[in-house]
Amino acid sequence: MAISATASAGLGQTGGPAPGAASPARGSRLNVGTAFAGAVLGYLFGHWLGNAIVSGDLYEVAFNTSTNNVAIFLALLFGVVGWLAGIGALNYPIAKIMGKEAPAEIPEEGWARFLKFTLDHKVVGIQYVVGVLMFFFTGGLIAMAIRTELLNPTSHIFGPNIYIQLVSEHGSIMMMMATSIVVGPLGNFLVPLMIGSRRMAFPRVEALSFWVFISGLMVILTAFPLGGFQTGWTGYAPLQEQSSGGMDSYLMGFGVIGTGMILAGFNMAVSIITYRAPGMRWSRLPIFAWSMLGTAGLLTLATPVLFAGVYMGALDRTAQTALFVNAHGGSSFLWENLFWFFGHPEVYIMALPGFGIAAELLPVFTRKPLFAYRVGAAGMIGVGLLSFFVWQHHLFQSGINPDMRPMFMLTTELISIPTGFIYLVGMGTLWRAKIRLELPMLFVLALYFNFLFGGITGVYLSDVPINVQVHGSFFVMAHFHYTIMGGLVFAFFGGLYYWLPRMTGSMMNETLGRIHFWMMFIFFNLTFFPLFIVGLLGMPRRVFEYAPRLQTLNDISSISSYLLGFSFVVFTINLVWTQFISPKPAPPNPWNSKGLEWTMPTPLPFHNFSRIPVILSDPYRYGEPDALPVADFGEIAAATSSTHEGLAGAQPTSSGTEEV
Amino acid sequence: MKGMPSTPEGRRLNRKHLTRLVIPWAILVIIIEPFIWFVLRNHLPPGHMTDSATGIQFDEAVVTMTGSPIVLGVLMYFGYAVTVWRVPRNAPLEDGPPIRSNIAVQAAWIAITSTIVMSMFVFGTYELVVPAGSGGGEGPTPIWTPATHKILPIQVIGQQWRWTYRYPTFGGFETDALVIPNNTEIAFHVTSLDVIHDFWAYQLGVKADANPQVDNVAFTKTQHTGRFVVRCDELCGVWHGAMYNYGQVVTPSQFMAWATSTEKKLAPMTKTLPPVNYAGYTPSANGAAGGYYPAIDPFSKVEETAVPNGKAVEDTSALRRTNPSQRAGAGSTTTKTPTGTIKKPTTPPVTNTSGKVG
Repeated sequence: MAISATASAGLGQTGGPAPGAASPARGSRLNVGTAFAGAVLGYLFGHWLGNAIVSGDLYEVAFNTSTNNVAIFLALLFGVVGWLAGIGALNYPIAKIMGKEAPAEIPEEGWARFLKFTLDHKVVGIQYVVGVLMFFFTGGLIAMAIRTELLNPTSHIFGPNIYIQLVSEHGSIMMMMATSIVVGPLGNFLVPLMIGSRRMAFPRVEALSFWVFISGLMVILTAFPLGGFQTGWTGYAPLQEQSSGGMDSYLMGFGVIGTGMILAGFNMAVSIITYRAPGMRWSRLPIFAWSMLGTAGLLTLATPVLFAGVYMGALDRTAQTALFVNAHGGSSFLWENLFWFFGHPEVYIMALPGFGIAAELLPVFTRKPLFAYRVGAAGMIGVGLLSFFVWQHHLFQSGINPDMRPMFMLTTELISIPTGFIYLVGMGTLWRAKIRLELPMLFVLALYFNFLFGGITGVYLSDVPINVQVHGSFFVMAHFHYTIMGGLVFAFFGGLYYWLPRMTGSMMNETLGRIHFWMMFIFFNLTFFPLFIVGLLGMPRRVFEYAPRLQTLNDISSISSYLLGFSFVVFTINLVWTQFISPKPAPPNPWNSKGLEWTMPTPLPFHNFSRIPVILSDPYRYGEPDALPVADFGEIAAATSSTHEGLAGAQPTSSGTEEV
Repeated sequence: MKGMPSTPEGRRLNRKHLTRLVIPWAILVIIIEPFIWFVLRNHLPPGHMTDSATGIQFDEAVVTMTGSPIVLGVLMYFGYAVTVWRVPRNAPLEDGPPIRSNIAVQAAWIAITSTIVMSMFVFGTYELVVPAGSGGGEGPTPIWTPATHKILPIQVIGQQWRWTYRYPTFGGFETDALVIPNNTEIAFHVTSLDVIHDFWAYQLGVKADANPQVDNVAFTKTQHTGRFVVRCDELCGVWHGAMYNYGQVVTPSQFMAWATSTEKKLAPMTKTLPPVNYAGYTPSANGAAGGYYPAIDPFSKVEETAVPNGKAVEDTSALRRTNPSQRAGAGSTTTKTPTGTIKKPTTPPVTNTSGKVG
């Protein structure tokens, strides 16, 4: 399209020129480069605007700070808008608002499409893979910096200010990453293939969610030059109020990421509910799609509360309201409650996808049907529902609502029942199975191993008396690293090894993959297990100094963390080598899965299915030679059109066969 | 239960594997449980300096004894499965038995986990309520209080980045040494002057958030004398990691001697402090709320609040909560360090508990 990218991007909000007719050969010329230009222009414009609204002198006198937070907020806001305009996310809505024809969106070939705003869920999925890995590696490097500071209890490498900034950035980046690590890459890519759809329900929203997500990383990283934020990822007020300019990046960053999460969440939920192929009953839905549905519900319902919280925080810092300042009639408990009302469902946003991947992969590598499918699906939805009723267990010692503590202890402990269903499913599926320890299966087994420790330590934390001892200590920190990293991140990498042949058509290298797995598994445990003990022995979180007697355990953890980091170098080499430099074509169904996503040719056709399949069965029919195939692409219907026998179980209205 | 091969062969295999799993598991459980109770329990943190610490230690032992068989069972199951049911990776593809569900197993699973969870809840609630909140902060109106009325109140004041303690029953003097008597119910009234801190007296088994303007009460009863560490357990800014000091549990007679002498010694300074107010300090023109929200004109009240006697200024805590401009004016007691302005610690009479260590 013939628009001047930078001109439209810089003032994106005020309306880029309406997109003209696209040339038929190529799609939009806007790409990540114009997006960067738009972001820079937007940032500069916002900063100028903020300073124009509130002049520096006035600000200093009125608000007793040398930082013009209005300018920072507007700069970040317009930077994000400029970024979105620069990538072309606003072309369609603006064209529609102006009453013009929407620009044609031509499907593209080649590498360039991965750097553009695209409506193809398969491209967005791969964009997300790269995106979450960028988040993950950035956060991981910062984590290693944190561990470096903790090598010695008293001598320092970074000093307390840089250290606390690193801690805060690590937490924020990793939390942002973990909300999307599976929903983004694997969810967007696989869910349409698994439910027999040609696309997600809202392709434009899907692409928007990705580009918003990526801009979140840039926004949170702007905190460093702005002086960082000293609050940790929880951003407790009133510390929030006195933090330096980087706090604005935190609030804006979580606002941006929150927007992306809401967009991704309702898109996923709507897709799964309404875009299932004929015959894809709820009882035939792959368990991974169930986990995506549960996650999507949490994303959609919990994130607005975070959004409200960061909005109020932004008001406190710019308009000088005192919503979180006790001394001026606000309440520091307000932020804590808003934050954790989002924060605890978020914990399950990070757990459910891992469970989903584990349960989806187990039948393939045990060559057995998924055990207790309905219990597993119910567990995922049950965890999701319960997670809205537990948030105050983060505030057991805060002084709020002591009479509610038994209730929150009960709800918290109740969550272990549906979480336990995931173990029931896993252990039942392994019973008398034909276990093949392929690479993805190793990651699944590691998830069950790690999450066991993460889960059982959660019981200690949920018990209010023991919480007195472990709240806010390294015990908590080790606990949630065991659940999020040991659970979700292991599942993600297992899923990546499993589905990358589907996504790119190239296998990953087995040997390097095994080296990656074993290094990651061993050094993950060596990094985080000592921290349980360190926490029990009295080391609070986020401290740069600690008792000298805890140095040995901390050093084991620190040195292991470097080797853990190195395992991802192995992974990256593997990824780059096998996917870019020397791709080895994958067989069409390398794992002999019965999943619908493996029934399609490689490379995947642009519209996935030339003919929407009729789903005949759930994808776990291992060990049943007489079972129907998972879907009918037309052949069975053609062969049996006279008798309709083959479709006995396919019609949504027919009673069909009962699976479970 | 369609697909469940209830063949005699299937049932025989089920029994065989179950037996092989359960018997070693049961043996290990029989070994481990007494080990936890008799050996591990007494070494679990945070010791037994107070009744809440003892309670926490007991709870940890009980939860560990409940959790260990589960962890052990699951790990053994996975280990057994991977060892026994593994097939070589190059073996021809062969499917396992199509067991899709087993109502008995599922029902038993749900029943057992629910029972464990409900008992943990009942146990946890009892352990929370009976020892008066088990050392956790109960907010301004505690609902679980000790049975006795002989409670020593101590106000714990957090500020960036130090702890100070006021003794309301001894004229309200303020020190930065926490000295408490043995065999006494203590009520810690935890509050903050600036941001959220968290008072964590590790060996006492006490933890309570220090919120500005909020009185967060935590009870404990001392049982042994000794030294304990106090750490800030809620991120409170750059020097959070350095916000710790030590306290001491002493005999009641030692405590009385220390408290009365300290009260007398600090009387001139105590006079300059605001009266003890559990709900924290309201901001005033001299910035006595931590100085973060200074008054409209921070210089207007300097003359009134500054202690005219230069000697009293030497080590008074009266200027602790004044704003930086006043501190600079007072001059003599402040030192510039990389942390910002730090006041000279008051040295309490009990020598071995003096001030901040490290």
